[in-house]
Amino acid sequence: MRTEETEELAIEVRDLVKCYPHSKVNAVDGISFSVRRGEIFGLLGPNGAGKTTTIGILTTSVLPTSGTVQIMGVDVVRDPIGVKQRISVVPQRSNLDQSLRAREILTFHAAYHGVPRAEREARAEALLKELGLEGRGREKIRRYSGGMAQRLMLARALMHSPDVLFLDEPTNSLDPQSRLFLWDRIRAMHERGVTILLTTHDMEEAEQLCERIAIMDHGHILVLDTPDNLKKLVPGGTRLELRLRLPQTAMASHNGDGAPSPDGLRALLEQLPGSPRIEELPAEDGQENHGTRSFRLYGEEAGELAVEAMRVVSTSGAELRDLHVARPSLEDVFIYLTGRNLRS
Amino acid sequence: MSVETSIDAIFLEKKTKERRPRSRLLMILVAFLAILRRDLVVTGREFIPFLIQVLLQPLFFLFIFGKVLPSIGAAQQSYASLLLPGIVGLTVVTTALQGVTLPLVLDLGFGREIDDRLLAPLPVSLVALEKILFAALRGLVAGAIIFPLAYWVLGSSYSVRADAIGVIIGIMVLTALAGATLGLTIGTLVKPEQIGLMFALIFTPLIFTGCTYYPWSQLDGIRWFQVITLFNPLTYACEGLRYAMVPPVHGYTLPTLGIGWVLLGLGVTFVAFLFLGIYTFRRAVVS
Repeated sequence: MRTEETEELAIEVRDLVKCYPHSKVNAVDGISFSVRRGEIFGLLGPNGAGKTTTIGILTTSVLPTSGTVQIMGVDVVRDPIGVKQRISVVPQRSNLDQSLRAREILTFHAAYHGVPRAEREARAEALLKELGLEGRGREKIRRYSGGMAQRLMLARALMHSPDVLFLDEPTNSLDPQSRLFLWDRIRAMHERGVTILLTTHDMEEAEQLCERIAIMDHGHILVLDTPDNLKKLVPGGTRLELRLRLPQTAMASHNGDGAPSPDGLRALLEQLPGSPRIEELPAEDGQENHGTRSFRLYGEEAGELAVEAMRVVSTSGAELRDLHVARPSLEDVFIYLTGRNLRS
Repeated sequence: MSVETSIDAIFLEKKTKERRPRSRLLMILVAFLAILRRDLVVTGREFIPFLIQVLLQPLFFLFIFGKVLPSIGAAQQSYASLLLPGIVGLTVVTTALQGVTLPLVLDLGFGREIDDRLLAPLPVSLVALEKILFAALRGLVAGAIIFPLAYWVLGSSYSVRADAIGVIIGIMVLTALAGATLGLTIGTLVKPEQIGLMFALIFTPLIFTGCTYYPWSQLDGIRWFQVITLFNPLTYACEGLRYAMVPPVHGYTLPTLGIGWVLLGLGVTFVAFLFLGIYTFRRAVVS
């Protein structure tokens, strides 16, 4: 007996745990969430957070240690074949069939799923065109670029018109142009009513595409909400970024006469009205910072904070190189929740 | 415009018709046959390289051991008729075995090309079974081609019993299936970085302890080795084929392992490695 509510759900995950053999920690540690039909849902988190394991369980290639998963009302453990009928997976790394030509990859996939011949030929034609691969269908995919391979995998995933589409880091390591193109196609699929679950460690991707996002870390879901609501979690609605050049004397003597050391400056900033939370950002890409320091301040009133910060900086004798006011991003949410940077 | 319509049609059709309530058994069969068709298409396309790969070695064995050695007096003329069943058995086993093992090791290790088939609507054990069937088929084709090849290389030394063709085919089929299940088991257990080791530790002993180049009954003098050969499935294949292929010479019939033992050896190998291989395959693809 299914309730009215579960009828509406595309994915329902309850108390899911996965512990791989010979591992002391749970890769997925008791997560629960559900995805409505037609929704784009994101799993966001750093590498090793448990996103790929979660997708593995949802797509029948990993067995859960405990907990239940239903896809379109079908249990993944009890009826993996029923689940496989209804889903498609675009993996992180290309797993395209190297022995086949591009178009055959599509038509054979459809054949595995029982799509009749005439129909699969027509779909392959349409999808190659839709994904910008028209005229490349006869090629062996060894000649394909990373972006083309990714698009072909998406085309393949759509050949049997799945109800739920799983995208594991869909645009990881793609050039910006391919990324935008793929985002566009993903949105088009969404408009056609396909339920989409994607994992990413790219904040922008999650913000651009997802209606709701679960932030994962160490096998747990830390929070789950719409991007806008998630951003509201960060105390201090806004963020201020300062890049400063400290006076040379400060660098030379570290605690010279009146000129503040980096730590001294930080202390001064902390005393600003509203006592904003302060983070110092590491030097960019391992370069020596040559006396340049960057700080991130979180506060309620960005305007006021900016004015006060500039005053403190100029009286300290440091030189303001850059000042940037930003609304918090999902990255800030992640840093706020874990104290770590997503890419670290 | 027309593209949009046709793609929308894919998804629209689904919404209106919903899933066709097809029988599940039919769906699984359709998926299985499509996967088999994929392998046929791919092998068909590289049939010549396939033939070269599997036939060059038997060709040289037949030529050197069946033709050259007897001609220079290093072996008896009749050795060729002892050798031929061994070469057929060896070719069937190694072709079937390597037809699964090598691609599977690479696929599970790097390529993951098999994923698309694992996500098809059929049990993953049937994906393994398809590999066994197809590799066995390759082994049979290779084994069958050995006969005309040997006829051409050996000339007048070519002699095969013509009254037991059914037995020859039966033993070849069983041999191919046993080789393929063995290949499935090895292919799911070996890691890509161990391929070199696999050739040395598995293939070399398999080839040389399998009674390919010598009849089992004449190993009486080296009892311990005769016992060792019984642990090699190839022994049963070669001896069974000797039983069905070597004609009596001047009323003398070559003693071989009994056909009952042959069928038992091949049958046990096939069934044991079928279950073991499917078990290890499932463990390798569903973690």
